[in-house]
Amino acid sequence: MAKEDYEVVMGLEIHAELSTKTKIFCSCPTDFGGEPNTHCCPVCMAMPGTLPVLNEKVVEYAVKAGIAMNCDIAENSKNDRKNYFYPDLPKSYQISQFDMPLCKNGYIEIETKDGKKKIGITRIHFEEDAGKLNHDEYGGGSFVDLNRAGVPLIEIVSEPDIRGAEEADIYLKKVKSILEYIEVSDCKMQEGSLRADVNVSVRKKGDNKLGTRTEMKNMNSFRAIQNAVAYEVKRQIDILESGGKVEQETLRWDELQGETISMRDKEDAQDYRYFPEPDLALIHISKEYVEEIKRNMPELPESRKNRYISYYNLPEYDANILTSTKYFSNLFEGALEVCNNPKAVSNWIMSDIIGILNEKEINADKIPFTAKDLGELICLIDKGTISTSIAKKVLLEMFDTSEKPNKIIEKNGWVQISDEGAIIEVVNKILAANPQSISDYKAGKDRALGFLIGQAMKETKGKANPGMLNKMFLEELNKQ
Amino acid sequence: MELYELTVHELNEKLEKKEITSIDIIENYLKRIEEKEKDVQAFVTIGEKLIEKAKQNPKAIPIGIKDNICTKEMKTTCSSKMLENFVSPYNATVIEKIENSLILGKLNMDEFAMGASTEYSAFHKTYNPWNINKVPGGSSGGSAAAVAANMVPWALGSDTGGSIRQPASFCGVVGLKPTYGLVSRYGLVAFASSLDQIGPITKDVTDCALLLNYIAGYDPKDSTSVKTDKKDYTKALSNNIKGLKIGLPKEYYGEGINPEVKEAILRVAKQYEQMGAIIEECSISANNNALATYYIIACAEASSNLGRFDGIRYGYQAKKYNSIKELYRKTKKEGFGPEAKRRIILGTYVLSSGYYDAYYKKAQKVRTLVKQEFKKLFTKYDVLLTPTSPTVAFDIGTRSKNPLEMYLADICTVSVNIAGLPAISIPCNLDKTGMPIGFQLIGNHFTEELLLKTAYAYEQEEKFREKHKPEFKK
Amino acid sequence: MNVSREEIIHMANLADLNLSEEEIQKYTKDMEDILAFANEINKVNTDNLDESITANERYNILRKDEVKEFEDKDALLQNAPSQKNGMFHIPKMI
Repeated sequence: MAKEDYEVVMGLEIHAELSTKTKIFCSCPTDFGGEPNTHCCPVCMAMPGTLPVLNEKVVEYAVKAGIAMNCDIAENSKNDRKNYFYPDLPKSYQISQFDMPLCKNGYIEIETKDGKKKIGITRIHFEEDAGKLNHDEYGGGSFVDLNRAGVPLIEIVSEPDIRGAEEADIYLKKVKSILEYIEVSDCKMQEGSLRADVNVSVRKKGDNKLGTRTEMKNMNSFRAIQNAVAYEVKRQIDILESGGKVEQETLRWDELQGETISMRDKEDAQDYRYFPEPDLALIHISKEYVEEIKRNMPELPESRKNRYISYYNLPEYDANILTSTKYFSNLFEGALEVCNNPKAVSNWIMSDIIGILNEKEINADKIPFTAKDLGELICLIDKGTISTSIAKKVLLEMFDTSEKPNKIIEKNGWVQISDEGAIIEVVNKILAANPQSISDYKAGKDRALGFLIGQAMKETKGKANPGMLNKMFLEELNKQ
Repeated sequence: MELYELTVHELNEKLEKKEITSIDIIENYLKRIEEKEKDVQAFVTIGEKLIEKAKQNPKAIPIGIKDNICTKEMKTTCSSKMLENFVSPYNATVIEKIENSLILGKLNMDEFAMGASTEYSAFHKTYNPWNINKVPGGSSGGSAAAVAANMVPWALGSDTGGSIRQPASFCGVVGLKPTYGLVSRYGLVAFASSLDQIGPITKDVTDCALLLNYIAGYDPKDSTSVKTDKKDYTKALSNNIKGLKIGLPKEYYGEGINPEVKEAILRVAKQYEQMGAIIEECSISANNNALATYYIIACAEASSNLGRFDGIRYGYQAKKYNSIKELYRKTKKEGFGPEAKRRIILGTYVLSSGYYDAYYKKAQKVRTLVKQEFKKLFTKYDVLLTPTSPTVAFDIGTRSKNPLEMYLADICTVSVNIAGLPAISIPCNLDKTGMPIGFQLIGNHFTEELLLKTAYAYEQEEKFREKHKPEFKK
Repeated sequence: MNVSREEIIHMANLADLNLSEEEIQKYTKDMEDILAFANEINKVNTDNLDESITANERYNILRKDEVKEFEDKDALLQNAPSQKNGMFHIPKMI
């Protein structure tokens, strides 16, 4: 059978670091980086005798994520110990949640090429992150840094509803976008604050039974997931086609070699010996608490999108792109507060800003100017202070210098020429230099007008008001 | 009379009247330690520069600390090779709370508090001051022996299944295991997190109330500690127990209880009756399964709690290893003693897939049953009266080879921990061989005042301390 | 209770603990005795009873999200058997 006869079934377990100020069980800061073992205390270093105390923001953020992903919020929840030995796990157990997760039975909606699709969320629970191992930095061994140990995480487990790498990519981006909107995680994949374990299996189309799955741990870039899934799908199909059986196992994706490698511990099957954490109290979530969080929830992308379409009359295409991340959406809404021209703001974000971001290879969260600045820039066009072509130059400078548009225009002397006397002077000068264009115009070649305006723009370094130029050229030409 | 023979409340009186200073007390205790430590061997570490410290704090009272409670100024070893040189970077909350104290030393125990005789210390055994061929009990054997031998005026111990009360009983002193959550566990090296409590071991009930005043109270660093009103427990002490309802649960007086011990406790019941209390036999059938339940839960938690001793951040590290697995496995093999390993294996077993439901989960259900039966009893009785231990202190070496026999020493004490209740052990008499017998009073949650009062009334009546003194028999 | 030596070895592996041959034999025997005794609880009727999840069933004991740095950072490393540049040194992991 061919590849096309197989269906890819995937589930994702996404780990997102929560953007709390302090760790989950102690008051150490969660800041990324820092000298090794300086964001630590006896608790997160698992000194004998220390005890965990749960950070209230962790519960709040996890409930927020659950609400945003349409989950049932458990009334009663608890923590459990997951026992295993690894040098980045100082207590020798991870405090996680086993059989009573905080959130269950949710879903999110994604846009695929075949339309809208719901991806089920099995559960969301909270747990602690492990420390970090550094290798070889000083030769001969590995080195344990526990700065990250105890940073809070939520784990979002999806149903096996995802069909293929492309959907996985859309799903992951959607989850990232939601977490950013509700401000519970900064989702910086390059800093490891968003990672995914990817489960993949294949089955013949039409089969109801799931195939045997393999799990790839700790994927932290969109591209790695694409490549790893493509490789793994091919590997599994090849095994099945040659009459073999896929083994259930945990794999590691080797980006350099472009292959998945088995991580199986040969000696013993993993047995985490989960049991309820005796050092922590139970968690009770009241209806009032959930309602309170719902009331204070930031507006989610779905709702924003609908509003952009119905209230601002934007095309669905625009609305989709603008709400794809909170950074575009906030830029859009912030600019509108200064400049009431939704379509223009949308166009500027969708073409110019996204273009510059792509060219400079920077992320939307790194836009160096404010939404208000963008609004002012567009206002200046609308008021005729600058032309659109000047505005594009101003925008580039805003990216480079973070300066206010007014200041950039002033500094460069880019204020549009709208003085009638000055414009007529330019018009006459250009007409005098281009008699051929006058005759062409008279002979009915409208293109000649465009040429003349272009010449006038060149003469004024783009500063002449294009509308006035148009009007005055017509007047002068008709006089002749 | 020597100062070391006085209780802390008696020393406090002399300090108040400026008859003595802390320096006198310390000097007197150091002299006593010099004399008796070679026979008793209660200490793991003896404090340094104590006289200089006493000069800075002339009203300070010395104290002995079980060596599983973290102190910055002295090593905290848990009597294990694993932590032989460990110095904690922080103080346990109880250490911060016993202001006005001078830590005389850290006291010997069964390794990681696992044992009932202090024979499982990795360093040396501790000997019973009443007869040095006998064990002092455990796991807080060093604490109880040091108080009994007058080498410390009072001490802190920890109690997971009887580790304060049983050695107190064996050594003829007073030991209180507080309600779970009354005293912060922050800084107590965990054995079994849902059962452990720190408590006082003292010469008399008044000192016990006084030391509890210091250590009780909510601690934001311990999620299981409970917000309670600040109390002065010494105010509860009185002789008046008229009308007090005392239950004698028959399961505590059955098979396996030494007849002499049983007789002594029944005599205590008589004395209470004469003092105006109402005595009645009662039953708590779940108690028959408490010991098995206890060992399953305690070992399960211990197997997880002891995992952190991996030779990386602190503690013993194996000398030769080629991989991380080897580092872990050799460090634990060489660093843990036989009883700790036994409990790690048992705990791992009862939590492992395939056995979890039959052991750990089932034990947690029986735990619920034990709690319920106690709850029912306390609707009828104010306190329960039982032996603290089925026997008096046994001979050194007679039980340490058979783990199950050692576990039986906890039979009267473990259900209190399972239910999180407070209980106190008070000496009442000596047996024919001259070894102390202790009885246990069990109260409902947070009724320490009533327990102390009931114990105090008996103490005033019997005056055990005035009649009997340890003789260091050889 | 039948406990096999393989089970004891499996438990020791799960706990990352090396045992000598002598210890394996001793603990196999000990576990048989202890588990036979512990198994008594399976005779207790616990129908309709929930497991005790924590010792004293407290709810929502939570801490404010406020940074409080531990000051004595050097003390955190003072017990390390082997450390370099502020990190704990272990055998090479990859």
